[in-house]
Amino acid sequence: MREWLTSLPSFIWLTILFVIPTVLVFAVALKPADPFGGVGAGWTLDTFRDLGDPNYPAIVWRTLWMSVVATAVCLAAALPFAYYIARSDERLRPVLLMAVVIPFWTNFLIRIFAWKVLLHPEGLVKRLLVSFHLVSPDVSLMYNEGAVLMVLIYTYLPFAVLPIYAASEKFDFRLIEAARDLGCRKWRAFYSVFLPGISRGLWTAALVVFVPALGSYVIPDIMGGPASEMIGNKIAQRVFVDRNLPHASALSALLTIVVVLPMIVYLLRRGTGESGKHPVVEAGP
Amino acid sequence: MEEFLVFDKVSKSFGDVQALKNVSLSVKKGEIFSLLGPSGCGKTTLLRVAAGFERPDSGRVYLDGEDITDIPPNRRKVNTIFQNYALFPHMSVWENIAFGLKVAGMPGARITEEVNRMLALVHMEDQARKKPDQISGGQKQRVAIARALINKPRVLLLDEPLAALDLKLRQRMIIELDSIHDEVGITFLFVTHDQGEAMSLSDQIAVMNEGNVEQVGTPVQIYEAPVSSFSAAFIGDANFFEGMVSRVEGADYSRLSIEGFPEVLCFNDQPRSQGDLVYLSVRPEKVRISRDRPRDDERVNMVEGAVEDVIYLGSHTRYWVRVDQYRLAVTRQHQRFQLDEKPVTWGDSVWLSWHADDGFMLQRYEEKDEDLLAFLPEGEE
Ligand SMILES: Nc1ncnc2c1ncn2[C@@H]1O[C@H](COP(=O)(O)OP(=O)(O)O)[C@@H](O)[C@H]1O
Ligand SMILES: [Mg+2]
Repeated sequence: MREWLTSLPSFIWLTILFVIPTVLVFAVALKPADPFGGVGAGWTLDTFRDLGDPNYPAIVWRTLWMSVVATAVCLAAALPFAYYIARSDERLRPVLLMAVVIPFWTNFLIRIFAWKVLLHPEGLVKRLLVSFHLVSPDVSLMYNEGAVLMVLIYTYLPFAVLPIYAASEKFDFRLIEAARDLGCRKWRAFYSVFLPGISRGLWTAALVVFVPALGSYVIPDIMGGPASEMIGNKIAQRVFVDRNLPHASALSALLTIVVVLPMIVYLLRRGTGESGKHPVVEAGP
Repeated sequence: MEEFLVFDKVSKSFGDVQALKNVSLSVKKGEIFSLLGPSGCGKTTLLRVAAGFERPDSGRVYLDGEDITDIPPNRRKVNTIFQNYALFPHMSVWENIAFGLKVAGMPGARITEEVNRMLALVHMEDQARKKPDQISGGQKQRVAIARALINKPRVLLLDEPLAALDLKLRQRMIIELDSIHDEVGITFLFVTHDQGEAMSLSDQIAVMNEGNVEQVGTPVQIYEAPVSSFSAAFIGDANFFEGMVSRVEGADYSRLSIEGFPEVLCFNDQPRSQGDLVYLSVRPEKVRISRDRPRDDERVNMVEGAVEDVIYLGSHTRYWVRVDQYRLAVTRQHQRFQLDEKPVTWGDSVWLSWHADDGFMLQRYEEKDEDLLAFLPEGEE
């Protein structure tokens, strides 16, 4: 009873800000479009039929793989950094954390436009790379998947550092000594004791990067070109250009399904698949 | 028996703190060797030097004749039981114990066999599948022991392994540790600040203080013949009196003049000369308390005092007796035949007596020794 009461606020929060909007999105997707940009009366499955647009599978696929790559790179880059902050002197930590947070003081759009200036054909980065003969003058650094990916990573890296740092800071580093004591080389102690020890932080970081990356449209809009559109761009286009809310909702619902379905399957399988047998001990060094 | 684990002039500083000052010790094969001292005296640091987690600033460490100072912890044939056990929280008891062998690349079937053997040794067979946070402190302790011993270390390092357990469990674990030691015959290097643990387990004890080793000896030697006022005060209780050697009687005894006492006779454990400034130390249980003046005996010291406090402690009673400026602690075991006597009580005037061989003299020249009076056992009750 008590537990139920204490979880009530977060339950209400989630309901108002997450469940109801999601239900609304699904509901609107089942409505006909109104020619003046509103939502018509009655129910229809037409909008979902429209999702058969031959462009969509490629865009959904691109959205997924770019988000996965951005998440992976962010985790890989955030991990050593967060580890380093957690192991550094206690007086130094606030300074290092501040360094992670400082980019947030500048407006997000301005930072993206700054990248545009840097990568511009006449920009600093491009000219440097050309002068070192690292790229040929007619290769564009912008308006492609690489540019979008890089700015995605740049934007979400701090979000990955913070939860990993929070978990590392709570990690009991004596466990690493215990692993070394039991014969582990440094690297082995790191992945067999440290990584599992901060797994919550890693999962949080992954979600915090992956979910916004999936929905991003400003970054591909500014940095990308027609061949690097993500689903967010399409949704924005349906809302702002075509003024077709049901279609935008259907796309959004599709994205939700694509992401949530595998998670549900995974959770269900994990729930039932846990066997009560002794752990299997794999041999080998 | 030969020297097995040897620390040769090991020093280690952390910034301004000198945690170890030129420590030399040698541990023999198969024995339980304790490092005993108050918190902060450098015990853990010395243990970490043995495990390979700290590199000494100077000095060497040898294991079975081999210089291991520069060998990383994962390649030393020693294992540690950490102060807080440091069990891996994401692994079951079984996986924790198997960890070392798995890392060493032992085939699965043999690991299973070994783990089951260790589980039996520490009586944890039915807890194998639980996670560390599902078992009690004493059980964690056992898992930590099993996890270390399964690797067949040449030396097992134990850092205050019993400190987190309650008194009853601690006493049981002492017995268990002792029997495990008998069974596996591995050398134990045991860190503790608890003299009772050290006394009951050890073959040898090194008393440490502020990064120095004050004394190495068997429990009996340390208790009966402490070489420094620090050892005397830290191990067991002791009454201290400031005195001066007024006369040396032959080679064996000295007479001391102590303010408020008649001349006190004391055994010389080392050569003394007239005028030496010393502390006389007498343990509370060596002092007899009686209402009547004891029979004269030239080897027995006697002094009259007033009882200020009587504390009944079950198996014995602790008396605080005022003699001039000193307040002496005296303990007396309860024995059946004393029941007839009229008990000593508050305000009584009593006689205290102790044999000359039961006192010991400690050199009094260092200023820091002054602080040791703080070790008087007043806090105990
Ligand atoms: N990593 C460290 N950094 C700084 N000082 C330390 C460190 N480890 C130990 N010390 C200091 O060294 C001294 C000895 O510590 P330690 O060996 O842990 O003592 P004990 O185990 O006897 O309580 C203490 O003064 C402690 O503060
Ligand atoms: Mg310690």
